[in-house]
This record gives sequence, structure tokens and C-alpha cells, in this order.
Amino acid sequence: MVRDVIALENVSKTYDGAGAPAVRGIDLDVAAESLLALVGESGCGKTTTLKMMNRLVEPSAGRVTVAGEDVRSLDPIVLRRRIGYAFQGVGLFPHLDVAANVATVPRLLHWTEREIAARVDELLEMVGLPPAQFRGRYPRELSGGEQQRVGVARALAARAKVLLMDEPFGALDPITRDALQSELKTLQRALGLTVVLVTHDVTEALLLADRIAVMKDGAIVGHDTPGRLMADPHPYVRALMDMPRRHAERIARVAGSA
Amino acid sequence: MSATLVQQLELLPDYLGRHLLLSVTALAIGIALSLPLAFALVRLKALRAPVLMVASAVQTIPGLALLALMVPVLGRIGFLPAAIALVLYSALPVLRNTVTGIEDVDPDLIEAGRGLGMTPNQLLLKVQLPLALPVIVAGIRTATVWVVGLATLSTPVGATSLGNYIFSGLQTQNYTAVLVGCIAAAALALVLDGLIRAIEIALVRRDRTLMGAAALATIALLTAGLAPVLLGGSADARPRVVIGTKTFTEQYVLGRLIASELEAAGFRTQMLESLGSTVAFDALAAGRIDCYVDYTGTIWANHMRRADNPGREAVMRDVTAWLARTHAIELVAALGFENAYALAMTRDRAAALGVRTIADLAAHAPELAIGGDYEFFSRPEWRDLRARYGLAFGDLVTMDPTLMYAALAGDEVDVISAFSTDGRIAAFDLTLLEDTAGALPPYDAVVLMAPGAAERLPGLRAALAGLAGAVDDETMRAANKHVDLDGGTVEDAARLLSSR
Repeated sequence: MVRDVIALENVSKTYDGAGAPAVRGIDLDVAAESLLALVGESGCGKTTTLKMMNRLVEPSAGRVTVAGEDVRSLDPIVLRRRIGYAFQGVGLFPHLDVAANVATVPRLLHWTEREIAARVDELLEMVGLPPAQFRGRYPRELSGGEQQRVGVARALAARAKVLLMDEPFGALDPITRDALQSELKTLQRALGLTVVLVTHDVTEALLLADRIAVMKDGAIVGHDTPGRLMADPHPYVRALMDMPRRHAERIARVAGSA
Repeated sequence: MSATLVQQLELLPDYLGRHLLLSVTALAIGIALSLPLAFALVRLKALRAPVLMVASAVQTIPGLALLALMVPVLGRIGFLPAAIALVLYSALPVLRNTVTGIEDVDPDLIEAGRGLGMTPNQLLLKVQLPLALPVIVAGIRTATVWVVGLATLSTPVGATSLGNYIFSGLQTQNYTAVLVGCIAAAALALVLDGLIRAIEIALVRRDRTLMGAAALATIALLTAGLAPVLLGGSADARPRVVIGTKTFTEQYVLGRLIASELEAAGFRTQMLESLGSTVAFDALAAGRIDCYVDYTGTIWANHMRRADNPGREAVMRDVTAWLARTHAIELVAALGFENAYALAMTRDRAAALGVRTIADLAAHAPELAIGGDYEFFSRPEWRDLRARYGLAFGDLVTMDPTLMYAALAGDEVDVISAFSTDGRIAAFDLTLLEDTAGALPPYDAVVLMAPGAAERLPGLRAALAGLAGAVDDETMRAANKHVDLDGGTVEDAARLLSSR
């Protein structure tokens, strides 16, 4: 059964003191166990849209539902503990070791120490960090890629089925980024996660997403599967999709001339 | 070890214990109030600037003034006003460091904490506080060093501290006492600072052993420091009399004289030394001290606001009646000498100008400079003196009384407002100008007794009355000179008085 896990209906957001709205009356559905990529340039409203899903930002108008429930009827604290959240800054707590960082939400939920220890090892294994080696390390002792892996493990710790990600790979070198991208896809399939991924990297969106929503000036100007979006007639969408296509063609020529 | 040092060190347990009690109490209350206030300020951004501004303003008040201001504000002297002033003083570093420490936490960490579903309180406790801890502790350590240092200034408001060494030592030129006080205060500040640092390291490293050691050291310090204060003298059943003194040599000497007289009569005594002039009077009226020596002219001018001079006996009679009527204070005995304000010149200079009386001075005044202590030029006697003799000096110089005599001897000023019992009058070969018009009121030294003290302490009145006429001008001057010029101790000077 495919049903929408997250749905936005005519949602707008205008920040206090800002003239123009950041998001203007958008509708958006995210099917269960799918990966939706939100793409667009800086300031297009994609991060705001993401943050309205776990109430880090409150909509000015419209309705946001998660698993069929209007988020306004939910305690934002409870909602956020059910939804994983990972972002470019990662935000690992520097005074806590890897195990304690991963255990943040289970501790808030008062799991037993034994459950927590087992879950931490399971998660570290899952994101490719051998627990015996990494459990006791501190964030400052990790590489950027390792930090983001811990960030993802922490986001998923309480068995969240929904994962919101804001440019999670933006600060990583290309090789690490590539590895993490494919690991994310594997993880998403294996765990049946519903993922919303904000990125300005169209190639990343094309490679990972089941569906892509293109945003411009707070509105959604295209929303479809990667394949169909490549043929979308909207001028902005076409311009955006042209870039990876041109790159691919050029790379193919370079490879062919070798 | 010198006898002076041994004598000073005997006072150390009491002074250090009281200093510790005062500092630790003020710090504990200060931190307990400032931390929650700082947490509130983090959330209530609108209040932050005004509150920090008030805390900064308090900080700019000189420490001595802040302490002195607490006395009229609270209407009492001793531990409470000193502790409250120190609490206020400790607020700024704790407030400012806590607010900036929390504000400066990386916004990514706040974002992560919120995104993971932390409540604002969980965010504060699990993320912001642990990360701001070093900055907050730095603020607490700053406050600790300030408070321990500033507590030395609580002596004049009647709270015993290591400042007793410094105030009485400076006045009686006992530099051993001053050094003991400074070194003890510095050592106490360093020890407390080190303990706080150790607790911080233990917290950060989650080191139970270090935490235990720091806690034990803190308990040991508090027990050792406070035991003499909290347990002191409780076994002694004799009635206890608290004797006050102001902040000059003669007062310290007379305090000891009264103490030895009372001890001979079977009382226990406790000294509350180095009180500000009006603090001593207020303390007596409030029953915080049982007796002290004041001067009729001071009460006449400062408390009764009288500017006339009906003569020595009439002033004595009126002061006695006024004290009994308005404050229920009993003037028990006149010691027999006067310590009056008097205008003094070097003998040579007076002879050269042909000046013998204050009236003779009027013609020369415009070419002369006069030096006075901190209060003289604002006292009613000075206004009266100028009006009565038509004095118009070329220059007025305010200076510390201990420096006035040297300034006169060094020709930096031509005339000073001397105290008639000062030993330095003879030593510097000064001549006192006669007050032929009686513009300056008489300053008979009198022993005052607190309201109700006679009933509470039977035999006190009789013992104090035994001091009537016990000290004449000559003897007092010799005792003061013994301390101020000959480097003798206050105790020896007091013995000089009682042996007469």
C-alpha cells in the first residue's frame, strides 16, 4: 500500500518582519517509503518547507499532516522525537562521545541503558562505523564523513520511519559524498524510510530521489519523477535539468576521446 | 618569630573564619540568585540590557561606598549589610558570563537539539549549560576573587574580617598586621579559586575521585575556618561585653583600656574595631555594641546639629541629657581629657608671623594654606570658626590625618586642623593656636553605654564609671605618641594609661 506519509496543503510561510513570503501556498505529498528531493537555489524556500514538517518552523497558513495527523494537534517535542532530522551542520554535541550522541533521543524517551547500548551498536554498524572503534570517540576526533554518519545514526536512533535531511552531504568531499549518498539509498530501502532531502545539487537529487520537487521563489514549479522531470517544459525546470545533462554529455565526450 | 607577628597570628583564626563565613555566604547567595536570573535573561532578551546595565552600575560604585551605603539602607550594621553589598558585587561577573556563555553556544547545536525533540529546559541542561560551563565557572571565579578582596572593606561597617588587620594596622602603623591581613586574604582567594577550578575539571571529566577530593577539601576548609567562629567561647559563662572603636589610634588604645578594666571586673570582652564614626554611634543605639568612647563635641555638632558653644560643662550637661532622652544612651563617664579640633602651626612659623591665637591668624590667612582631615572642611565647627574670626585662607587642602603632620613639618601647608591629643604635636614641635572666642566646641572624651546594657549586664555601669577622670590630656598624648611615633603596640599604650 502506498499512502502519503507527509502532506502539505496550500501551505504558506511569511517570516516576521519579512516583506515577501518564503513559501507561497504549496501542495506537496510524500509517499511512504519514498525519497523526495526538494531542489532549488538558495532562498527558494526549500529549507523552510522542510522545517514546517517537524514544526521547527510554524506555517502562516495551510495544513501540514504527518501520518494523517495535523501537526498542529501534536506536541512539537513528541513529533520531533518521532521524525529523524539531519542537517549540514550535523550538530554533534562536542561534550558527548559518539555513543552518547547517538543515544540522545532514546535517553529523552527513557529507554533502559541496556536497550540504549544495544541500539547504539546496531546503528553504528548500520552506518558503517565499527562500534568497538567508534563508540567512545568524541566528535572532534572524527572526519566530516564520519560525523555525518553519526548524525544520521542519531537521527534514526528512536526507530524513526521518517527522516528529514537538509543538505546533509553539502560540506563533504566528493568521494565521501558519493559513498554516503549510496549508503543512504541502501539504508532507505532496507529500513523502508520515508525521506525528504533538501539539496541544491540537482545531480544528487536525480541519483537518489523517487520524486523531485523543484522550488522557485517559494512556489513549486515542478514535481515529478526524475525521468519525467527531465522532459518538463517549464523554463526554470528545464534550465535546472540542463546542467546535469550537459555535464553528463561532456563527460561522455571526454571519456570517448580517451 | 617576632612577638608582634605572634600577637597578630593569634587573631587569625577569628578574622579568617569570619572573613570566610562572610565571603562564602555572599558568594553562595550571589550565585544562587545570579544563575537563575541569567537563565531567565537568556530567554527574556528585552530584559537583558537593563539588568546587565544595573549590575554594571553597581560594579562602578567603589567597594567601600557600596558597603557604607548598605548601613543606612538596611538601618543596621555588621554581617548583613556587608553580605548584601558583596552579593550585589558578585552579580555582574556571574550574570554576564552565564548569559554570554549560553549565547555563544554554536547555533548548529541548538538546531540539532531542537530538531531531535529537546524541550527548552532539556536544551539548557544537556547542551547549553555543559558547553557554557567553562565560561560560567570563569565568571564565578572572578566573583570569588573580587568578593574575598572586597570583604576586607567590610570592617568599617562592623563586620569583622581580615580587613581588621588592615584598617587598624594602617592607623596604628603596625605594618606586620597589614601584611598578615593582605597575605591571608590573598591566600584565601587563591585557595577558593583553586577549589572551584578543581570542581570544574572534575565536572568536565566526570572524575569522581577528583570531585570527592575537591568536596573533601572544601568541607575541611569550611570546618576549620568556621569552627572558631561558630563554636568560639560558648563554654565561657561570664557575661560578654562588646566594645566598639572608631578608626584612629586613640580609639584602639581606649578600647583596650576599657577591655582590661572590664575583664578585671569579671566580664568577657569582645572588640568590634575600626567602625566608621557614625556607624559606631548607630551600632551603640541599636545595641550591637555595648559601649565605646565618643567626644562631646562630635555629638554636639554632628548629631545634635548645634553650632553654638555654651562652654565645656554646659555642653557635657546638654549632651548627656540629649543622649538619654532621644536614644536612651547613657553617658557613664568623662575620661578626663579633651581631644579637640585645634589649629596648629610649627613653632618657628608661628613665631615668625607673630601668631599666638586664631584671631592673630586672620590677617595672614589669605597668604596661607590650611590642611584638614576628610571631614573638617564640611563640619559646622569650620564654618563657625571662619565666621567668628573672619578667616579666609588662600588654599584648603584635604588629606589623610596621618599625613597632615608631615605636610605641615615639610612646609607644604602652613596650618592644619590637628587633634589636641595627637602625640605628633609634641614630636613635630607644633604650637596650638588659642581659641580665644571659643568657636570650637569642647571635645571631652566620654564613655557611652548602649540602651538597656546596664540591666542586661549588671555591674557594667559601675565598672565603666571607674574610668571617670582616669586619663588626662598629657597621658593620652603620651600613649598616642607611643604608637604613632615610637612604634609601640596598642596594648602597651593601653597599659601606659592604666598604670597612671
